[in-house]
Amino acid sequence: MQPLLQLSRISKRFGGVEALRDVSFTLAAGEIHALLGENGAGKSTLMNIAVGLLHPDAGDIVVNGVTRAVRSPLDARRLGIGMVHQHFTSIPAFTVAENVALATGWRLRPGELSARVRKVAGEIGWDLDPDARVQELSAGLKQRLEVVKALATNATILLLDEPSSVLSPVDAEALLSIIQGLRARGVSSVLITHKLSEAISVADRVTVLRRGAVVHEGTVAATSSAALAIHMLGAPPPKAAARSRTTGETRVTADRLVVPRMGASGSGLREASFTARAGEIVGIAAVEGNGERELLRAIAGLVAPGSGTITVASPVAFIPEDRTSEALIGEFSLTENMILSQGAAAPWAQRAWLDWKSAAQRTSELIEQFAVRATGPEATARSLSGGNQQRMVIAGALERNPAVLVAENVTRGLDLRATAEIHERLRQAAVAGVCVILHLADLDELLEVSDRILVMANGVLSDFASDATRLEIGRRMLGVVG
Amino acid sequence: MNEDLLTSFLAAAVRVATPLLLAALGETITERGGVINLGVEGAMLTGALGAAIGATAAGPWAGLIVAVAAGILVAGVFALIAVRAGAEQIITGTAITLGCVGLTGAVYRHAYGPAGVGLSLPTFPVVPIPGLAAIPFVGAALFQQSILTYAGYLAVPLLWWVVYRTRWGLRLRAAGESAADARAAGVDVVQIRTLGTLIGGGFAGLAGASLVLAQVGTFAEKMTAGRGFIAIAIVVLGGWNPARVFGAALFFGAAMALQFLFQSLLVGVPYQLFLVLPYLLTLVVLAGVVGQTRAPAELGRSPQDQAG
Amino acid sequence: MTRTGWSGTLLPTVGALAVGLAALGLGLALSGYDAIAALAAMWRGAFGSADAVVSSLLPRAIPLILIGLGVGLAFRAGALNIGAEGQFYAGAMMATWVGLAVGSWPRPLAISVVLAAGCVAGLLWAVVPVVLRLRFGVLEVISTLLLNFVAEAVVSWMVVGPLQESRHIYPQSDPLPVAARLPLLPGTRLHLGALLALGLALGLWVFGRKTLAGFQLRATGTNPLAARVIGGINTDRVFAGAMLASGACAGLAGGTEVSGTTYALFQNLSPGYGFTAIAVALLARLNPLGTVLTGLLFAALEAGASAMQREAGVPAVSVFIVEAVIILTVLLGDVTRRKMLAGAVGAES
Repeated sequence: MQPLLQLSRISKRFGGVEALRDVSFTLAAGEIHALLGENGAGKSTLMNIAVGLLHPDAGDIVVNGVTRAVRSPLDARRLGIGMVHQHFTSIPAFTVAENVALATGWRLRPGELSARVRKVAGEIGWDLDPDARVQELSAGLKQRLEVVKALATNATILLLDEPSSVLSPVDAEALLSIIQGLRARGVSSVLITHKLSEAISVADRVTVLRRGAVVHEGTVAATSSAALAIHMLGAPPPKAAARSRTTGETRVTADRLVVPRMGASGSGLREASFTARAGEIVGIAAVEGNGERELLRAIAGLVAPGSGTITVASPVAFIPEDRTSEALIGEFSLTENMILSQGAAAPWAQRAWLDWKSAAQRTSELIEQFAVRATGPEATARSLSGGNQQRMVIAGALERNPAVLVAENVTRGLDLRATAEIHERLRQAAVAGVCVILHLADLDELLEVSDRILVMANGVLSDFASDATRLEIGRRMLGVVG
Repeated sequence: MNEDLLTSFLAAAVRVATPLLLAALGETITERGGVINLGVEGAMLTGALGAAIGATAAGPWAGLIVAVAAGILVAGVFALIAVRAGAEQIITGTAITLGCVGLTGAVYRHAYGPAGVGLSLPTFPVVPIPGLAAIPFVGAALFQQSILTYAGYLAVPLLWWVVYRTRWGLRLRAAGESAADARAAGVDVVQIRTLGTLIGGGFAGLAGASLVLAQVGTFAEKMTAGRGFIAIAIVVLGGWNPARVFGAALFFGAAMALQFLFQSLLVGVPYQLFLVLPYLLTLVVLAGVVGQTRAPAELGRSPQDQAG
Repeated sequence: MTRTGWSGTLLPTVGALAVGLAALGLGLALSGYDAIAALAAMWRGAFGSADAVVSSLLPRAIPLILIGLGVGLAFRAGALNIGAEGQFYAGAMMATWVGLAVGSWPRPLAISVVLAAGCVAGLLWAVVPVVLRLRFGVLEVISTLLLNFVAEAVVSWMVVGPLQESRHIYPQSDPLPVAARLPLLPGTRLHLGALLALGLALGLWVFGRKTLAGFQLRATGTNPLAARVIGGINTDRVFAGAMLASGACAGLAGGTEVSGTTYALFQNLSPGYGFTAIAVALLARLNPLGTVLTGLLFAALEAGASAMQREAGVPAVSVFIVEAVIILTVLLGDVTRRKMLAGAVGAES
């Protein structure tokens, strides 16, 4: 049978980096095809080429046996290719209906448009208010909108880029069953993921990318998760280190803490009472927008509580999730970023004068100590890879000898090796007596690193026994009590 | 206050507001696409000179066409540098305006002599609209104007419809809200922002023409006197919505006209003090309004900054 | 805008200047002027004699440098102060008012008070946009622009009202008493403000390069979010401080202009210094020492333009075209260089 979509011998370079090397990929009609690979393996690049957002240096896109030029998402739309991006691509200030119209080219007659949007959502059993502003939607609803946008274009080929990464476990499962249901309606899907379990549970076939090349292709039935993991990583995954620590004095105490929501969406922090001690890693589990952002920033001293109290031992260091816009100044050199993060307490900033030489020297030492790959302290932060940027950020945070370290999605976008290294740094910090407060969007990863878990659901924090199961925590994250 | 005084006050308000309205409507389109063009002042000034040259050669209609073309040309230079190449918009706009002041001054002196003798140009006549012009108080003010004022009236609903009811308007707004998301939806962000900027330039040229061909009947160096900048403030005041921009332009026009009214009512108070009135009122209203409206999220940011 | 070496700043500027002058020459030739003669006249007007340099070029450079230093400071902090023209006028008004009252004071004291008055007035004029931005969210680009019109209107009233000369004939102030005038370099029109401008440039350079506060100001302007989150910097306070200091610099320029050059207040005292200074600061990449050089360059262009008009009949305003072309060329050069750098680093997916 002729493949529905065929990406043939695709190559793509970014500057000096070869992102895809002679990659071929086929999607058969009526199948769900998992595209597996680590972060940076080239999965998103390949799919962005299929949808016309990037242009290949070499190779062809063949749809139903005909070679096509896909120069923009409009071309892809005409060919029946729809994409659900990893990050939401809906415009927050627009309504749901306006976003669908933008994606489909539908006319903007208010009544007619709303009805059409309702109809498409209803066809897969979803209730989506066409007149709601996207910025007011929860993450789960936003993700639904992304799927509706793709389906509304009558896509027969659906490309889903890590669709479950921002969803709670239950929402993620619901989405996967929708994808399976769509198959019956003649929609074939490519599911991009780095989660083996997801691939194995829903896909018919699987293709594995590693460092821009295809390393495995076959049916799911003929493989195992262990075999796939080896394909993805090239070696068995690193084992987590055993943990044995004693906790010390109380470093963070929150009492009926309330923080109004930051930004346009989310619940804000409605109530949190807890303590955290020296030498432990406290994991904050939450689906995005449930008050975790406000909680972390309140501990870091960046927002004032609306009511209630919070006492935090100082100094406190904060690692925000967005490396490129919050944690570093890309245009600045590593030395300058170090000066920024250390502030007036640094030895080189005595009596308000800057001793550039000693700042640069200390930065060099830290580059060495944290194994940062950089040309030197004068290199701009922007010139570093994501993993090396994060090493530098952590070096800066630990350099302040913090009593409390607040870390938000510190491993987002990093490969497994860098992720494991960051985990190890956090553990070492805890061993050294730092009180680490950690939030990771990925619950499995959070469970792996944390000593105990606090759950934020709908802005309310609740504590957990250390032997709580993943399912119990997952249910609580959704606000299911009991 | 007698009826004559009120009517002449309102008429003055509308007259003053016309070039501001035209320029602000165009800039609304530009800014909806995420581009802030401080070069409107220059485009307006160049449009005014274009109107003068065209009108001298072949009458007011030719002046109108040359003015619009000149405005588009100036905006085109801005778009090339700030939108296509992605240079900082505020700085580019300031430089464009500076260059236009130089260019119009030099061309004017070269064409009409160093002394800059007063030109007398053919202008558009006042065309009362039958029926409407007879409405008490406001009729003579609103409907006894030149066709350029009426063009402004018509442009308000037209542009509102374009912005809020057409697919092109939706794509333009998307480009102004988030270049990356718009791109994912298949919008050619650079192209649509360029187009929005050119439309803004055309309207700025029209605004310059209205100054020369419907009000003053001559050209003078730097004659726009900052009206292009005021138009940008009016866009903010009008919350980037053509209908409200219309209201904001009339508000500013009324504040300007108030000085004529006060001059005749409050003899003895120096008129210069009334000159500050429109600017101060605008600042006060801006302070009250800004919290309630929202600028396009990526206004002033180059699309290249958020590429990928 | 991190740290560019001299070659990285100077070469593009010289290149842009060449492009700007070439554009002017071409335009003149196409309009039927003798382009060579015009450019030669321009050169003579700026550098033709010691007198041209000392009495024409340098006095013009002083306000441009002083204002440019302030604009540069504000821009580096991310505060887009387009209102230097208004702040300049505020300073000039206050300096005139104070200057007329201190005629009997000892000269050093009188001069100090006059200049301080200019500074304070410029600073106060900048308070409004600061409050509007921090309390009400009004963009400083809009508010400072509008306040320029207000300042010009107030000056036009001052010179026919409270500050009009005693015979009430001309729309200008009485001349400042000698005690309130800045001393001149004997036999020239170059006043003490030149030293002030140099000192301020040096001070701001040290501030930006050697102090933590200067560093934090630059961090705020480059990435306010990171400055707040990682640097713990109160970015609102930095914004306010930079804006007010910027206003004070422009106000000081207003003060030195009336007490060093014109000795009186009148309408159109500034031929657009506040706007030209933006170009001066940008061309110097907001570097204080560079601002001295670009201030001199623009002063040379404008001194040359006057000569060009006198001697070759070319309208002096055409120099604005040169200035615009210079800025746009530098902008394009920067963008191109940034793109090349980004291309070399490579996009991460």
